[in-house]
Amino acid sequence: MSTIRPYLRLAGLEPLVVRPETNFVNIGERTNVTGSKKFARLIRENKYEEALSVARQQVENGAQILDVNMDDALLDGVQAMTTFLNLLQSEPDIARIPIMIDSSKFEIIQAGLKCVQGKCIVNSISMKEGVEKFIREANICKMFGAAVVVMAFDENGQADTLQRRVDICTKAYEILTKEVGFDPQDIIFDPNIFAIATGLEEHNNYAVDFIEATRIIKQRMPLAKISGGVSNLSFSFRGNDHVREAMHSVFLLHAIRAGMDMGIVNAGQLVVYDEIEPSLRQLCEDVILNRNNDNNESTEKLIAFAETVKAKGREIIKDEAWRNEPVEARLTHSLINGITEYIDIDTEEARKKYPRPLDVIEGPLMDGMNVVGDLFGAGKMFLPQVVKSARVMKKSVAWLTPFIEEEKLANPAAEQGSVPKVLLATVKGDVHDIGKNIVGVVLGCNGYDIVDLGVMVPTDKILDTAIREKADIIGLSGLITPSLDEMVHVAHEMKRRGMQQPLLIGGATTSRMHTAVKIAQQYDNGVVHVLDASRSVTVVSSLLSNDQKPKFLEDISREYGKLREDFNRKKTIKQYLSFEEAQKNRVNIDWKGYEPVAPQFTGTRLFENVNLEDLAPYIDWAPFFIAWELGGRFPQLLDDDVIGKEARKLYADANKLLQQIIAEKWLTARGVIGFFPAHTDARDTITVTQPPTADGKSQTIHLQTLRQQIKKAAGQPNFSLADFIAPEASGKKDFLGAFSVTIQGIEPYIKRFQDNHDDYNKIMLQALADRLAEALAEWLHEKVRKEYWGYAKDEKLSNEELIKETYVGIRPAPGYPACPDHTEKYKLFELLGGEKTTGIHLTESLAMYPASSVCGWYFSHPQSQYFGVGKIKQDQLEDYAGRKKMPLEEVTRWLRPILEDEA
Amino acid sequence: MNDIRKELTRRILIIDGAMGTMIQRHKLTEADYRGERFKDWPSDLKGNNDLLCLTQPGIIEGIHREYLDAGADIIETNTFNSQFVSLADYHMESLAYEINLEAARIARRAADSYTTKDPSKPRFVAGAIGPMNKTLSLSPDVNNPGFRGLLWDEAVEAYYEQVKGLVEGGVDLLLVETIFDTLNAKAAIYAIKKYFQDSKTPELPVMISGTITDASGRTLSGQTLEAFYISVMHARPLSVGLNCALGASEMRSHIEELSEIASCFTSAYPNAGLPNAMGEYDEQPEQTAHFLEDWAKEGFVNIVGGCCGTTPEHIRHIAEHVKHFKPRQLPVVETALEA
Repeated sequence: MSTIRPYLRLAGLEPLVVRPETNFVNIGERTNVTGSKKFARLIRENKYEEALSVARQQVENGAQILDVNMDDALLDGVQAMTTFLNLLQSEPDIARIPIMIDSSKFEIIQAGLKCVQGKCIVNSISMKEGVEKFIREANICKMFGAAVVVMAFDENGQADTLQRRVDICTKAYEILTKEVGFDPQDIIFDPNIFAIATGLEEHNNYAVDFIEATRIIKQRMPLAKISGGVSNLSFSFRGNDHVREAMHSVFLLHAIRAGMDMGIVNAGQLVVYDEIEPSLRQLCEDVILNRNNDNNESTEKLIAFAETVKAKGREIIKDEAWRNEPVEARLTHSLINGITEYIDIDTEEARKKYPRPLDVIEGPLMDGMNVVGDLFGAGKMFLPQVVKSARVMKKSVAWLTPFIEEEKLANPAAEQGSVPKVLLATVKGDVHDIGKNIVGVVLGCNGYDIVDLGVMVPTDKILDTAIREKADIIGLSGLITPSLDEMVHVAHEMKRRGMQQPLLIGGATTSRMHTAVKIAQQYDNGVVHVLDASRSVTVVSSLLSNDQKPKFLEDISREYGKLREDFNRKKTIKQYLSFEEAQKNRVNIDWKGYEPVAPQFTGTRLFENVNLEDLAPYIDWAPFFIAWELGGRFPQLLDDDVIGKEARKLYADANKLLQQIIAEKWLTARGVIGFFPAHTDARDTITVTQPPTADGKSQTIHLQTLRQQIKKAAGQPNFSLADFIAPEASGKKDFLGAFSVTIQGIEPYIKRFQDNHDDYNKIMLQALADRLAEALAEWLHEKVRKEYWGYAKDEKLSNEELIKETYVGIRPAPGYPACPDHTEKYKLFELLGGEKTTGIHLTESLAMYPASSVCGWYFSHPQSQYFGVGKIKQDQLEDYAGRKKMPLEEVTRWLRPILEDEA
Repeated sequence: MNDIRKELTRRILIIDGAMGTMIQRHKLTEADYRGERFKDWPSDLKGNNDLLCLTQPGIIEGIHREYLDAGADIIETNTFNSQFVSLADYHMESLAYEINLEAARIARRAADSYTTKDPSKPRFVAGAIGPMNKTLSLSPDVNNPGFRGLLWDEAVEAYYEQVKGLVEGGVDLLLVETIFDTLNAKAAIYAIKKYFQDSKTPELPVMISGTITDASGRTLSGQTLEAFYISVMHARPLSVGLNCALGASEMRSHIEELSEIASCFTSAYPNAGLPNAMGEYDEQPEQTAHFLEDWAKEGFVNIVGGCCGTTPEHIRHIAEHVKHFKPRQLPVVETALEA
């Protein structure tokens, strides 16, 4: 049975639990209009954005709670508190810490409490205006679930002696715990920190009294907490931060020892006690503890000292201590931290130290990479860091390679070591390889030799190379659905050739289910679906260990067997309509009451050299981070407590490279759009008319659409894209649009990074090109909606809304859920003017090259929406093959992933 | 009234499954939703499921009975959206109190008839208080993050009226559920406390159920699970738990964490898996039940049931699978620091 301890628990977006062993909790004080002139000015001038940056700075400097105070005679405090806290809630990097709502006016406190979802601290309530008001306010705080700071204050004024401090706090504690029902751990006392060294002798013992009061309160009420505003203490040394910081540090040392739990401090400005110069530290000790202070003697000394010092700025020294370590440790440090700066000289030093260059790789470099692999496996490093480590590794190996070659020439018989070899390839017809490259890097980091055959690799080449290179494992990757069939084919061939290596399956379109049902049964020596790069390491190491392999494959085989059972059982559960019934249940559009909007032109228009700078704001970053296995919502993921730090670094690197791509015009963006008169018939065919050619003939092209066949809830239609175009019988003149976009010119830069052993930037560039292609599609679609087709002239959408697809009309892509038949791409490209105009080459699997390309149809009807066709039945398949005039077997092959009886 | 705390120490209690999924099965038309009383209402009413408490009380009671038959110990009133903020979608702000009152009465009637039949298995009615269609912490306008489509006072007023209707209609418990913005939940808690203070009636037990929206392990408004729990602890709830958004398989680690940090009872009623490409839930009753059986075995839960996509069949399987397991033991809550 577990135990819940009586700790003070607070929360912003993340929890803050104050345990006995918790060090002093810093409360950021700069977001306080009474304490910070700058912050007060920003609020008065309505510069809330800048005011937020003050808050952010506090968090970055280590504030664990943020004190917010808007008590200014010139401000509407309620409104300022509300505005600031509402804005702050949408800044996850700030809102992650709890808020202390600080005001002497209770209505401002209440206004603040109404804005914050986390558990706050109210600062403060007191018995200043009587017990009754104190109880009423405490009760409201409790209903909001806030902890409270209680000032040592009653109707007779602020407690300024030890006795009054203790008495008032004790009384407040009794009332709160017994009458109001407060948890004692939610009570925080502020026994008043006043200015010392003011020259008035009666002030000299204030610090001592506070410290003593703290000690006594904590003894009597151990669950309660002690807090205070620390900067009050040094008020008489305004303008001399050097002395003030030293005083705070000395005071806190004593107060914390006495039991002070938290304090309002300038989080960026605390010096370490031990680093205060001894003479100043001694003076501060005397003044704070009120020693040797008869006739203000100590005070006078501190004042005299203060006049001799000027505030010294603190400089940031780069920590280079690791450079003094032995060479092995330095190599490891560089590998873990991704530092390339010293790798050549360190590698050279190691080469001279070890008998053979290969020993450097197999010794210190592999040891370092093992540390990286372990940290990655333990979730303490993230993919972008690992890729940077690999870059360091590759640079080091590149330095050693000429020496290894030299040695080989001199002594051909020398053993060159044997590292397990993994062969990777993107299958025939597919051009996507970001994920495969990442897997290569991660496995490389874990000591495997990677043979990467690149993209569009035919089966024979994969298998021939695997045999020639004696690969221990083969890994296949693919992104588009036809690649699934290609993988089945590879597995089939492996069995036919009697191969022994396990086969790994990965890539966006693959799944455990498909692997289990379709691929695993083709090949007996192990087929494993690998979800992402981070899993690849454990899978590969299990498969290469003679001890683990049999059990691992047995487990996989059992798991896949179960998946197959599930799959077969599930098939019977879904209910389908006959194709005829599904066609009757089409989307009900009132064509009589609708006038299709005519586009500005029919035929096509080419956009060459679209300015990349214009595209940058249209980038949807979430998929970029997913490519790097840093999943989550953007931009929130930047502040995630686990991956946030690395995500921010990656984001900064990505933006830097993006700026370079834009400034140096590495890539060109090319797009084509076209609009064509179109109508549908009852058979789900969209007939599109091309503009007349020179001889006056205009050709028609028949597009075939697929229709949902699953039985829908009453009132829900069985969607087909054909439903969104006016039927011929309606007499309306409707239109269909088409587009393709591509990002060209990536190859020389990829090669450059590759030659430079820089996988990090290579993958980064590929991922950015993909994002730019998507951004171009988004940019162009907006222009089409507002201008070229102009059916949504008044649209005003933010990028976020664009990503959420809240616009009118849709742009589905052939091969994706609404129109899963890839072969319709032939017609799309014919309409757009083919490879020559679009700049895009279609592979035999209908993948587009350059890989960063997007194409699709435009539909403008307001009722058009994205959907997935889902699975279809044999009757539709046969009808579709007939309409398309394509042999049934061929259609079956292309549509296999959506056939009801297939995986 | 039977003491639910006593029942909770004896066994794992079962809460019912989805109301919406069951209503869908009736394939109701616009006219069905309107009934006689609202036949001339100016706006569309189809989809206003809570209104069925007034226009089709028989159907709602029938669904409650199906869940009670399946073994549910706690049934939820059909009031997920019944406060004036959400009802504004149908221009039915003024009906909020009445819907809650009737919904509570319908559920009360159904539950009591089962308790009478078998007094050894008392049934409880939880007044369902949903998250509202507007949020207090998030701006609906991305260009203006400080803007709010809903203000605290309005939310408290709306919840207060809902609580009043539910309590006067005779519920045993109040269930603040599907919390994706903790500030909305805090407004509900505030309203509940205020209602009981004002009416000077004894407080009913409160169940709190949050929603983790995705793999990040956070609520929609960005809180981690522990931060969420800390932020609602002051409700002194009977139970805290999770529902909706995730299937049991995705919810497991979160409910495990919650069972470690919660000083009260814990509840969990996941969706029937994640929706498929069609937006339908196809996790089978026995699959859901297997997951929940594991949680019961591990001692993570005191109350289990189902959310979106679950049916009486799911509840029947769940009840069957967890009945042999002991409920999670309440942790020891210390009131002093160790010496």
